[in-house]
Amino acid sequence: MAKEALMPYEQAIEQFEVVIGLEVHVELNTKSKMFCGCANIFGNEPNTNVCPICIGLPGSLPAVNKKAVESSIAIGLALGCQIAPTGRFSRKNYFYPDLAKNFQTSQYDEPIAFEGKINIELEDGVVFEVLIERAHMEEDAGKLTHIGGATGRIQGAEYSLVDYNRAGVPLVEIVTKPVYGAGARAPELAAAYVHAIREIVKSMNVSDARMERGNVRCDANVSLRPHGQAKLGTRTETKNVNSLRSVENAVRYEIQRQAHILANGGTITQETRHWHEDRGYTSAGRPKSDADDYRYFPEPDLVPVQPSLAWIEEIRATLPENPGLRRKRLMEAWGFAELEFRDVVNSDLLDQVEATVAAGAAPQAARKWWTGELARLANSQEVAVQDLSITPAQVAKIQQLIDSGELTDRMARDVVAGVLAGEGDPEAVIEKRGLKVVSDDGALIAAIDEALAKQPDVLEKIREGKVQAAGAVIGAVMQAMRGQVDAARVRELILERAK
Amino acid sequence: MSDLIHKSASELADLIASKSVSSQEVTSAFFDRSVELNPKTNSYLYLNRDTAIAAAKAADAALANGEKLSPLHGVPIAVKDNLTTTDAPTTSGSKILEGWVPQYDATVVARLRKAGLPILGKTNMDEFAMGSSTEYSAYGPSKNPWDLTRIPGGSGGGSSSAVSGHLAPIAIGSDTGGSIRFPAAVTGSVGAKPTYGAVSRYGLIALASSLDQIGPVSNTVLDSALLQDVISGHDKHDSTSLPQSLGSMADAVRSADVKGLRVGVVKQLDSDAFQPGVKACFDDTIAKLVAAGAEVVTVDCPSFEYAIAAYYLILPAEASSNLAKFDSVRFGLRVTPDGNPTIERVMAATREAGFGPEVKRRIILGTYALSSGYYDAYYGSAQKVRTLIQQDLAKAFSQVDVLLTPTAPTTAFKIGEKVNNPLAMYLNDIATIPANLAGIPGMSVPNGLAFEDGLPSGVQILAPAMQDAQMYRVGSIIEQMYLAEWGAPLIAQAPKLEVL
Amino acid sequence: MSEITPDLVRHLASLSRILVTDEEVATLAGELNVIVDSIAIVTQAVKGDVLATSHPIPMANVFREDVVEPSLTQESALSAAPDSAEGRFRVAAILDEE
Repeated sequence: MAKEALMPYEQAIEQFEVVIGLEVHVELNTKSKMFCGCANIFGNEPNTNVCPICIGLPGSLPAVNKKAVESSIAIGLALGCQIAPTGRFSRKNYFYPDLAKNFQTSQYDEPIAFEGKINIELEDGVVFEVLIERAHMEEDAGKLTHIGGATGRIQGAEYSLVDYNRAGVPLVEIVTKPVYGAGARAPELAAAYVHAIREIVKSMNVSDARMERGNVRCDANVSLRPHGQAKLGTRTETKNVNSLRSVENAVRYEIQRQAHILANGGTITQETRHWHEDRGYTSAGRPKSDADDYRYFPEPDLVPVQPSLAWIEEIRATLPENPGLRRKRLMEAWGFAELEFRDVVNSDLLDQVEATVAAGAAPQAARKWWTGELARLANSQEVAVQDLSITPAQVAKIQQLIDSGELTDRMARDVVAGVLAGEGDPEAVIEKRGLKVVSDDGALIAAIDEALAKQPDVLEKIREGKVQAAGAVIGAVMQAMRGQVDAARVRELILERAK
Repeated sequence: MSDLIHKSASELADLIASKSVSSQEVTSAFFDRSVELNPKTNSYLYLNRDTAIAAAKAADAALANGEKLSPLHGVPIAVKDNLTTTDAPTTSGSKILEGWVPQYDATVVARLRKAGLPILGKTNMDEFAMGSSTEYSAYGPSKNPWDLTRIPGGSGGGSSSAVSGHLAPIAIGSDTGGSIRFPAAVTGSVGAKPTYGAVSRYGLIALASSLDQIGPVSNTVLDSALLQDVISGHDKHDSTSLPQSLGSMADAVRSADVKGLRVGVVKQLDSDAFQPGVKACFDDTIAKLVAAGAEVVTVDCPSFEYAIAAYYLILPAEASSNLAKFDSVRFGLRVTPDGNPTIERVMAATREAGFGPEVKRRIILGTYALSSGYYDAYYGSAQKVRTLIQQDLAKAFSQVDVLLTPTAPTTAFKIGEKVNNPLAMYLNDIATIPANLAGIPGMSVPNGLAFEDGLPSGVQILAPAMQDAQMYRVGSIIEQMYLAEWGAPLIAQAPKLEVL
Repeated sequence: MSEITPDLVRHLASLSRILVTDEEVATLAGELNVIVDSIAIVTQAVKGDVLATSHPIPMANVFREDVVEPSLTQESALSAAPDSAEGRFRVAAILDEE
């Protein structure tokens, strides 16, 4: 299997109208699973978070996790959806070894949320409106590992192993209506949409939203039709697109692939396709056929979900600000340059900077700490900067001490190191490490005089008006004072003493 | 105390509570008899002396400590093999589950243990409860203690033959379309299907989730009432279990009074379709009630005509999905075809070898009923028929307290008589199915022997949803009327199993 | 006579993951036709607007609190499996697609 023939992208866009549709699965971060009390945790030993319900033992019955329903309603509301006054679960019947009951408990004709919309802003500020068809609740499947064969892939495997720890983890599937009119920007829009969904569910704290762990997964539908044609073209559904870059690349690839086929008189097969991240192409999976007769019917082991208006409003009241609107607000309030602001956003440090500003630091100072020194420390310790054991309040406190002249920049970095080393609050670290700007110039003057005495040639040069020569002494003085003095003050005093 | 085995569960409970006899003695008596006679009746698929006696000893020890755990404390019980038990294999009558020892107890089983009832063993049944004779059990049919050449009813024929043959004083059954009531009728015993949701289904290997209900099997109405009181009540593991208590069924039995009783006879279930002897017994029951002062009226339930058809769409549809989990991955049988088969082929070969013909028939029928293009016409219409039946019943119950019907169209038929004719087999449930479709309670109480064959007949009592107590009240009234006539329960007229 | 053809039986058996021989297909087709003919009357039962009943006793909003409860041990989870390896259920290769 390899790449197929592609039409150059610009040519494809010229000849065809692109229609995309996106299905995003969001794994909720509830404590327990959707239908049983097993822990919803990533990365445990296989088959240790399982019970009769999630491994589908005969006789077991599901029971709906209330928090999962709340999170689903919250996601629906955040996407501007209506919440169904009555909804129910259905069974989607198909056989697959990662599906313990050989049916997935899902929502079919009565999703919990429907008819929403969301504005997606691309990097250059162009905004597209994406209509949401529905958001519904369902359960995740277990995890298959293919053993034997060359690649660890399904083809050529000798056997497979099943771990059901993930089976029954609550999912919300968000389905868009067909998105028209994005043209050449369709791939970019697809990625931006997934990014926006990820950001929204993360801001709501209903999902860990880590794409590398599969918390957010995307299936991308792509179809083409000649410009002006009313009838939609045949679509393909590309699965396994699990990074933002992949979403963009997969959609782009499908556009070029389909365009080549159509332009050469071929027809598109309605099928699922698989995205190969490593080599950047999609390959054909199973064609859609009778085998897709899922025989949905209402789940008889569960009763309908009928959220009251009061409950819906209670949930609505807990919704955080929309991340896009929040960014706009903060950028204006902070007055950062666009590049500076993007740096904060891309480093996922908005929360930290906002909290540091809220604790009293100037926005620029807060930004510099988090994207500068703290990011550097995190990098050298190989942890995420968000996971450093220093709070925004502590950062703000340190900055305040700098502003009041009680700490030099260098001392402040020492304080940060102390806080990270678990020595306590900045005050405690200052106390313990004896970090205080020396305000009595007596010791400093003595040190300067001593240094100047050792370097009479420097003294001479300064007296001749070559004030930059002072630099050679500053280092020695700073060293003698163990850094607890302000370099600017040292320079000032050197020039004074040299007179 | 050699006559222990002929006593009712409530009598045994009194003897145990008063320490006239120990639970261990009672349990041993039933256990020994079961070991001796089970080869004749094939009531049990599994018997375990060690666990039964250990539980009996624990019950005796608790009582010695002054702890009476329930009104049936110490009384041994048989459990249908579609309820999960951690200390006994659970097969649901199927080869596909042969030898499976579940990792958890069904809620009902846990409640029996907590109430101090030693479990004697697991009883035979039609495979996955599909059938009304036990002839579809993968482990051979159970026999009717009244005549070992005849069926004991099904699917719960193991429980009915155990109780009517005194291999257990009481038993647990499950009823999807009559699997408790039909066996009770043809073995001269008592069986009740509570209101849907009254008893937790957690741990019941599902046949049709929206129809299944667990209930008691016994020789007296009071015993069934006592057992229903022990096993019922809300369970957080079953989202369809009723949040509220339905009250004490035993109290309803003990205070039963015919005064003011209004009884309905369903026009659609009072026909020549019933065996004349069965019809005669039914007419006799009605005559007795009239004589006792009850008001009897005929009610019209036109939608009952569609009940069997709706049932044989809903049941296979739900069953086809419920039985999908039997796939050779996590438990149960695995059959690996020759060559280097894929998992798909292993699953298909396993299900081919592990399911019997009736199960396959119903899975394929259910798959058909749910298929795109057929769903609305079949499954959709069948669900609407349920609504119509509920409407008919609501109208009927606005005029009467209970409805009475013959439980079964015939007495026990011969083993082999209908086994190759699925449609004829399906008709056995004609009177019992409406209760499952509507979720209402129903019970069968013995009402005599049919004149043609001298075999037992039963009368079915149907009450409105949640009014199980009303059903038990009328069951007790009918039982008392016949007790006055016969001087002993009908079961006393059964031949001695030992000499059959 | 209804529409249960041998091909339909084969398709339904495949959807149900049940291996069937040609002989079984023929038998099943015959039996199912008889059954379907007899239950097809439901299609005539309903006239006018009638709601479907999927649950015999109407209830709604039955939820479980989001609380973690003990799971099975890995050993117990795998105890009934026909085959297992490395703490997981072992199955034959899946010849389908990724």
